[in-house]
Amino acid sequence: MTTSSKALLTIQNLSCERGFRQLFQQLNFELFAGEVIRIAGPNGAGKSTLLNVLAGISSDFDGDILYQNQPIKDVSYEYRENLCYLGHAKAVKTPLTPRENLQWFCSMYPTRSDTSIDAVLEQVGLMYFKDQICAQLSAGQKQRVALARLIISAAKIWILDEPFTAIDQSGVQQFETLIAEFAQDGGAVLVTTHHALNITGNYRCLDLGDYL
Amino acid sequence: MKSLVQFFFKLGSPNWFYKVSSYLVPVFALLSIGLMSWGLVAGLLYAPMDFKQGNSYRIIYIHVPSSFIALSCYYMMALLAAVYLIWRTKMAAIVLRSCAVIGAAMTFIALVTGAIWGKPTWGTWWVWDARVTSMLVLFFIYMGIFALSKAYEREELGSKAAAILALVGTVNIPIIYWSVDWWFALHQGATLKLTEKSAMDSAMLFPLLVMIAATYCLYVLLILLHSRAEIIRSEQRKQWVKDLVK
Amino acid sequence: MSDVSSASLRRPSMAKACWQLFLAESKLLIRRPMDVFNPLLFGFLVTLMFPLGLGPDPATLAKLAPGLVWIIALLSCLLATDQLFREDFDDGSLALWLLSPQPMYFLVMTRVFVHWLASGFIITLVSPILAIMLNIPMQAIPALFLSILIGSVSLIFIGAIGAALTVGLKNSSILLTLIILPLYVPVLIFGAAGVQAATMDMAAGSYLAILAAFMFLAVSLAPLAIYGGLKINLDAG
Repeated sequence: MTTSSKALLTIQNLSCERGFRQLFQQLNFELFAGEVIRIAGPNGAGKSTLLNVLAGISSDFDGDILYQNQPIKDVSYEYRENLCYLGHAKAVKTPLTPRENLQWFCSMYPTRSDTSIDAVLEQVGLMYFKDQICAQLSAGQKQRVALARLIISAAKIWILDEPFTAIDQSGVQQFETLIAEFAQDGGAVLVTTHHALNITGNYRCLDLGDYL
Repeated sequence: MKSLVQFFFKLGSPNWFYKVSSYLVPVFALLSIGLMSWGLVAGLLYAPMDFKQGNSYRIIYIHVPSSFIALSCYYMMALLAAVYLIWRTKMAAIVLRSCAVIGAAMTFIALVTGAIWGKPTWGTWWVWDARVTSMLVLFFIYMGIFALSKAYEREELGSKAAAILALVGTVNIPIIYWSVDWWFALHQGATLKLTEKSAMDSAMLFPLLVMIAATYCLYVLLILLHSRAEIIRSEQRKQWVKDLVK
Repeated sequence: MSDVSSASLRRPSMAKACWQLFLAESKLLIRRPMDVFNPLLFGFLVTLMFPLGLGPDPATLAKLAPGLVWIIALLSCLLATDQLFREDFDDGSLALWLLSPQPMYFLVMTRVFVHWLASGFIITLVSPILAIMLNIPMQAIPALFLSILIGSVSLIFIGAIGAALTVGLKNSSILLTLIILPLYVPVLIFGAAGVQAATMDMAAGSYLAILAAFMFLAVSLAPLAIYGGLKINLDAG
């Protein structure tokens, strides 16, 4: 890889097919620190597949994915440390309380030492529910548990697959602010949503429909 | 060395495999037909009768070669599984799936011919003897690998799962064989000395060797044919297959 | 929020990750005890079926008991294994821990070990009761208990391979059975033979040693296959 850039993530000639269905082809883009990229595209263009590939869940693709100019396979550990993925399923264990869910997360991923679990739960508005099992919380509140995970994580890259499902208008706004703040502080976000994000700053949209 | 590596690299490409195998298919077809007719005629018509078992022993000309292949097919499958998981060679996965089908078929033939042979010699269709039991377990392992490879919507995932299971089986099969042998020795009441044959007459042995060679050729032929069909199916959207169909 | 790149980090150690996983999974089990009871209930129900099918004659039952109890234990383990990763897969937490910067080998091992505590170990605890119901000679009880204790670890770890390979598939229980039961053969042979030997007042030590060897083999190698299987299914999901 001769081209060296400051990009956190470099995607080169990425193509994917699933079964006999060709998804995006020859996808090239770079994700810089401080940037938010919304992945758009028609149904079946492979939005979720792209995020799965970038998160390292799927290894079935052609092309190169570089993390700080090195193939993600070679820097798998650093890459995982600096990545926080939020998928369709929110990975919230319903028999555990929000607190326990976060503890579990903190025991596996590097986290910001300047933020405590309680503080984060307060920030997402779950202070009164922190010791109630998640099965008793609403879908939106469970989503907030996942949000809290993003806040406490020390990752540089967030990969968010449809993060706004099940949260109300104010929740969406709060989430958008969070994303914007994260980007301002030097984080990078890849996100799929149904509607455009209401974010100012370094935000662009990548339409997978152009790469079919 | 380099050309050898290149050869294997090319072998990994379905397109190239398809072309090369189209020359190999007639060769192995002729070999297996020729050897098999020779072996069967020699074994069924000219080999002498066994003084204890009469003519019923002649089923070994089918039974023994198919049991050989039932087991050796697994070694091949295990090797392919390792190749596929390490180098992601697409062809290895395709041949691996063919191996699972043909191995299961060969195991089935060995089991059925064994049962047919058992009726006149032991007086019963089925005996829980060490070899029969191991063979039955092997049959289920083949079936498991085959079923798993078909269970996923995406073919390459099915292949990966089948390869992992094949490797698990590779660790397990020697242990299964060993423990079943041990189990049989423990429970053996009446001795069934039949499997331990007295030195075979060369007139009986020679057709058997021919039949083993013939069945190996048949096995290679079947693997090639099955893999070719699988290649066409999985590459049906590729240009070279479209050109081929024209 | 301070600058992301320069914020000081808490990096959890591997031991801590395994321990917290252990704690979280244990809490899940304690809060939903039915998951633990189901295989047990199954064990007792099957035990009820044997005298009904074979006749209540104590001598016949005593003769068959070592094998029967082992088969019941084996089937209960199989039943318990089917759901092993299903929920983690469905709720997305499997992706969360497979993507974490932790050594998967040990996380998988911990996860399956917790599952053994909730299934294999519990089945081991009740196996003497099942054996007595089937009229096993009393002198065989210690050997039975130990052989199922050691053997069930192998059963659960081998079963977990099947569970991992089929976690994303619909109607996977028949497939799981087909994949796993052939691999259970050696454990069943030596487990049942050991108990059989004990019923005849012979030493069962060598059988237990072989079962222990199977156990170490399964515990050390199975996590690799389990990890492979889980990754395939995440990719599929």
